Amino acid sequence: MAKTAIKESAECDIGPGVDTDDLIGIYRLMVLIRRFEESTYRKYREGKMGGYLHRYDGQEALVAGIFPLLDLPGDKILCTYRDHAHALACGTDPKAVMAELMGRATGCALGKGGSMHLIEPDRGFLGGDGIVGGPVPISVGVGWALKYKNTRNVCVCYFGDGAMNQGGVHESFNMVGLYKLPILYILENNQYAMGTAVSRSTGQTDFVLKAKAHGINGERVDGMDVLTVRDVAQRALKRIRDTGEAYFLEMNTYRFVGHGIGDDNTQGYKFYRGEQEFQDWTKRDPIGKFHAALEARGVMTAAQAEAIDSEARHIIEEAVAFAESSPEPPLDSLYENVYS
Amino acid sequence: MPVMKYQEALRLAMTEEMERDENVFICGEEVGQYQGTYRVTEGMLQKFGPRRVVDTPISEIGIAGMATGAAMAGLRPIAEFMTWSFALEAMDVLVNHASKITYMSGGRIQCPVVFRGPAGVGGQLSAQHSQSLESWYCHTPGFKVVVPSTPADVYGLMKTAIRDPNPIIFMEHTSLYSTKGEVPDDSNFTVPFGQAAVRREGTDITLVSYSNMVVKCLKAAESLEKDGIRCEVIDLRTLVPMDMDTVIASVRKTHHAVVAHEEWKNAGIGAEVAARLYEQAFDELDAPIERIGGADVPMPYAKNLERAAIPTDQDVIAAVKKALA
Repeated sequence: MAKTAIKESAECDIGPGVDTDDLIGIYRLMVLIRRFEESTYRKYREGKMGGYLHRYDGQEALVAGIFPLLDLPGDKILCTYRDHAHALACGTDPKAVMAELMGRATGCALGKGGSMHLIEPDRGFLGGDGIVGGPVPISVGVGWALKYKNTRNVCVCYFGDGAMNQGGVHESFNMVGLYKLPILYILENNQYAMGTAVSRSTGQTDFVLKAKAHGINGERVDGMDVLTVRDVAQRALKRIRDTGEAYFLEMNTYRFVGHGIGDDNTQGYKFYRGEQEFQDWTKRDPIGKFHAALEARGVMTAAQAEAIDSEARHIIEEAVAFAESSPEPPLDSLYENVYS
Repeated sequence: MPVMKYQEALRLAMTEEMERDENVFICGEEVGQYQGTYRVTEGMLQKFGPRRVVDTPISEIGIAGMATGAAMAGLRPIAEFMTWSFALEAMDVLVNHASKITYMSGGRIQCPVVFRGPAGVGGQLSAQHSQSLESWYCHTPGFKVVVPSTPADVYGLMKTAIRDPNPIIFMEHTSLYSTKGEVPDDSNFTVPFGQAAVRREGTDITLVSYSNMVVKCLKAAESLEKDGIRCEVIDLRTLVPMDMDTVIASVRKTHHAVVAHEEWKNAGIGAEVAARLYEQAFDELDAPIERIGGADVPMPYAKNLERAAIPTDQDVIAAVKKALA
């Protein structure tokens, strides 16, 4: 059987009827995410952060192409531990995100969650999840609640290619296919579960087929092209809101850095990713491509792009200053929030 | 007061809470069309329909995820595990998600979910279906752990569980489902968490227990009375939170204690209760605390071996005599 085809996409084809402000907004978000991730790496190396650090560099289109389409906080978002981008994209104050990463009382989870557990329920973001495949069983209940309350809202659930080999994901898909729940699954297929390539971890590499086996329709998407992501997601969201049935999008993407802080991009990735492969993917940098298309179409000037970049750096500088000057959580908060 | 079975009282509590609060629903294996594996949910599908009484596939991870996610999104789910042995499949959802989300979110997410089902040992069900695992959940911060022993308690504690904003581990006992008792004829009746019940007053020794082991302790106490030994029997009702005040007040009176449960003795609740008594009431004790628990083996099938593995009222009697010797 032929593998489910990746939707052919012209490189960042800016079709008619797309709002210019929307495009600039998407670009601004992608730049903010990239610059934010770069700064987290520096701050981690300065000893300002602990734990793991999973960056989203290279995968920005998966968030920037979808979040602006959502109706927050009615729509709900679940994602993995690679969650900084999702927190920023739903509108969490970058200061609260940076403060959380630095374990401060002003963090979005009061310093109790850290990098893997960013959260902003007021904006529909029900949190990053530290367990591979973890968000998917939870999505069954979130989707159930949205249906139960008779809303037109959608739960958007992100997870990685490694999660596709977790049993709970398949139990959940089966139930979602059975109950017909309003969930948009975004498979962030960055080709590697930590250091294990998809081809080394599964006998059936066609993930869309696996979703279809459970009664969930879907398609494969070029996740390096933000406008393709947006276009496909827009149709998928409408379909879910209209029919109440889940939809599955396998987004093909690539992380430009190591898996986490222990897999430093200057060394570790070379054990499992070839230099040529790495070069081929980074040439398709979703931000670079989108930037070029926006300039070519006259939507954005070089000066505007420069200003957007400066603005992002400024926001992050402020976030860092805020986080660094914020107090650590008070010790008497240790026993708070165990129970509601 | 009406007299009813433990399972009927449980059903009544859930039914009344579902009538009171539209956000309460129940999901699990065979809870609907089959009318419940132990008939706990009998008639509920007919009454509430498939939106609120949800038959699931045999997918414990999915069931636990469905309940946890729905709780995070504002509903008040009751998830039934056909037995607590099968909940082991769902440990990641329970321990890594349900119990932690409130803390991990700095208190920004509530998770008001009741995980319930039959627990306990017996019936020659052997190793994979006959075991008591309440300590696992007590060990995990974030859960409240409920172990009712009477129809009135299962009614009042279930109401409290459904109304509580936290994830609740609610462990019924298969041997208790058919036991009968009076249940208050009052839909507002609840039993608060963290309040032990003194099931029998006595002056010579304190027997601390919960769930089905309470029945055996009461039987032992009755027998010991004939020998002139007056036992005070305390039913903990909830293991988290644990009402040590009631236990200590009793020990101040009796100066002797036996802790008894059906779960494995090693690293069990008995060890926790005994340790707390030693920490908080050492000077009150006139003798070492006796601990009774199940034999530390996977449950055997053969009738005689199973009998040897499960604590009985005779074990309680022997422990009392040893403590008072």
